[in-house]
Amino acid sequence: MTPARKRRLTMVVLLVAGVGLAAALMAKAFQENMNLYYEPHQVTAGEAPVDHDFRLGGMVVDGSVRREEGSLTVQFDLTDYTDTVTVNYTGILPDLFREGQGIITRGRLNQSGSFIADEVLAKHDENYMPPEVAESLKKAGKLPDGEAQ
Amino acid sequence: MIPEIGHYALILAFVLSVIQGVVPLLGNATGADRVMAVARSAIRAQWLMMAVAFGVLTYAFIANDFSVRYVAANSNTALPLIYRISAVWGAHEGSLLLWAFILTSWALAVSHFSRRIPDRVVARVLSIMGLVGAGFMSFMLFTSNPFARQFPVPAEGRSLNPLLQDPGLAIHPPMLYMGYVGFSVAFAFAIAAMAGGKLDAAWARWARPWTNIAWVFLTFGIALGSWWAYYELGWGGWWFWDPVENASLMPWLVGTALIHSLAVTEKRGAFKAWTLLLAVFAFSLSLLGTFLVRSGVLTSVHAFASDPGRGMFILFFLIAVVGSSLTLFAWRAPKLRSTGRFELTSRETGLLINNVILVVMCVTVLLGTLFPLITEALAMGKYSVGPPFFNAVMVPLSVPLFIVMGFGLLLRWKRDTAQRLMKQSALVLIASLLIAVILPLVWAPSFEPLMALGLLMASWVALTALMWVLRQGKSPFKQPLANWGAMIAHVGMAMTITGITLVSVFNSEKDIRLEPGQSYELAGYEFRFDGVDTVQGPNYVAQRGSIFALLDGREVAEMHPEKRNYGPGQMPMTEAGIDAGLFRDLFVALGEDLGDGAWSLRVYHKPFLRWIWLGAILMGVGGLMAALDKRYRKLAARDALQLNAQVQQA
Repeated sequence: MTPARKRRLTMVVLLVAGVGLAAALMAKAFQENMNLYYEPHQVTAGEAPVDHDFRLGGMVVDGSVRREEGSLTVQFDLTDYTDTVTVNYTGILPDLFREGQGIITRGRLNQSGSFIADEVLAKHDENYMPPEVAESLKKAGKLPDGEAQ
Repeated sequence: MIPEIGHYALILAFVLSVIQGVVPLLGNATGADRVMAVARSAIRAQWLMMAVAFGVLTYAFIANDFSVRYVAANSNTALPLIYRISAVWGAHEGSLLLWAFILTSWALAVSHFSRRIPDRVVARVLSIMGLVGAGFMSFMLFTSNPFARQFPVPAEGRSLNPLLQDPGLAIHPPMLYMGYVGFSVAFAFAIAAMAGGKLDAAWARWARPWTNIAWVFLTFGIALGSWWAYYELGWGGWWFWDPVENASLMPWLVGTALIHSLAVTEKRGAFKAWTLLLAVFAFSLSLLGTFLVRSGVLTSVHAFASDPGRGMFILFFLIAVVGSSLTLFAWRAPKLRSTGRFELTSRETGLLINNVILVVMCVTVLLGTLFPLITEALAMGKYSVGPPFFNAVMVPLSVPLFIVMGFGLLLRWKRDTAQRLMKQSALVLIASLLIAVILPLVWAPSFEPLMALGLLMASWVALTALMWVLRQGKSPFKQPLANWGAMIAHVGMAMTITGITLVSVFNSEKDIRLEPGQSYELAGYEFRFDGVDTVQGPNYVAQRGSIFALLDGREVAEMHPEKRNYGPGQMPMTEAGIDAGLFRDLFVALGEDLGDGAWSLRVYHKPFLRWIWLGAILMGVGGLMAALDKRYRKLAARDALQLNAQVQQA
């Protein structure tokens, strides 16, 4: 092998190894940090993973929001009009969180089957319905009038 | 009547852009100089028409002309004048108009500042920009006309999304678009080079300043967006890996690779094909960014528009641009042989490694952003990819990037030895290690390995840049502006690394419940809550909290976070109370009224946060200095003389 070829080969090997390493890193990160979306009836049917983060979306049930006295812990029910899951959250709820609104939460199920949310997302638009929630409501035939999405 | 003038001007601009796109190419094919000269006149006329169209739309907003549907949908009489003007680009149609106007402005600038570049090249460059413009203008005319009228005329318009009523956001989109569209110049130069089959040092010298300036705008645009998200969205973070942020980061990463690869192409005649590919992809990713943000395919706060027809148009446009450029590349790239040979230990290798890392980073962001869309489209489940994914990949990738960033500067072009490199860098390496170990021990409450690593990278990047300027063998003040630019940009990167590291490691935040008079201690500061009042704003009613921060019993800051209500049909807005400082930010946001005067509050202490944006400003300043180096003008004059001599000999 000529020196020039050897140099080029070294370079190519280095680059391939580096990119391969990056790809492995990416694959691993993908596996660990992907959050699937579930609907309440899938959770009650036991399809959702226990002790792994996922996203749960639905409508906040009217009159279900309960705040613990003197703390920031809130409990509310999320429904897809088929089943209902109780969500626990400690912290500040977004501006647009309210009863009857479609929202998405991210968190995990605990052993007793209630959902501990790390994050509650309500989008920045009064008419906005998260697309995932809109779809599950459509399936249940409960999409409110005038919701284009 | 006036809106019709705007509409008519837009149609004329479209026709002119088609002429600008097609006629010079015909001239090019036949070698007719006068036909090619059409490009310069066409772009002037086209710019004038776009200025008229843009001016008319702005006037419609200022005059509250609600017969124009776009105005009625995005403005009302209660809106302050400055936000009526920024509302012009607050939504889909107007931002496209801004995009196209900026494109014609860039093309006008190219035709004006490139008198020394041969007419053949300028004609090709302008015609490619004309074709891109024709695509965007037809998009506007056929799917999203900003001048469309509506009858009956509503008495009052809908309000602009309150999130957008903010000075930071008024200038964020124009900055970002200047960057996005600026890459169209590099793209046009790349296509012109492939079409002409010639790519030499002179070509790289023409393309470099334009690419640098586009990159500068993009840098400022991204920094502004990050700053805006920090103080306006009330979440207190500075980067969320939101798809829209990713959309602007991708062209930035590839653009950063491009400006460095162009340097190699100019100085060493190497990386030619790679530079062309990067130019094509920097612009394609800018188009993808526009597509992602404006088509509504993303579940994101930014996707204000949602109309599948428009999304399809941009998608097909994108495929056409990428497809035709890559076809041209596959056909012509083998002809463009790189002439510069280099050894394994050389600056070229360093730049190559960093180019590859930047591209891998860009691919990571691209995958993470598009993966949820792809799985959903293929009905494989609804995934979301959050910040942990991006952090898990980007942080490890950035370590080798920064290491090579330092070595690259100290290495010599073409051939160097490991021995010399070690001798050059030993001092810097020792100094960086000392900084990385001693600073955390002295100042930090606890020794954090991540902090040491971040400081090591930051001081390494900054010190190698300083060392490089000092070792040029000339007094720093006699060195060209480009050297200063590179040094300042690298130091800026070091500042950003420092900011990111310290704010990530030592950020403290807490959601708390406070009654008036109560206080809470966070990171040594005592936050005292003095209750909430109601205040009246120009077009909103706000609940305004008063929080005082005390350090050792002494009052150091007063913050007034607000919760604004913009009236019926509008969402409430959280306006954070921020006390900014060079070494720390205090940040308070109002949560909810919990009854009895008690409120939930979110308080943050963010050390060194400002360094992230100060670093970005330095990077931009450095890029600007590099672009303004007089070498480009001097050498351009020489290149022009040589070319003319060649033409005369032939």
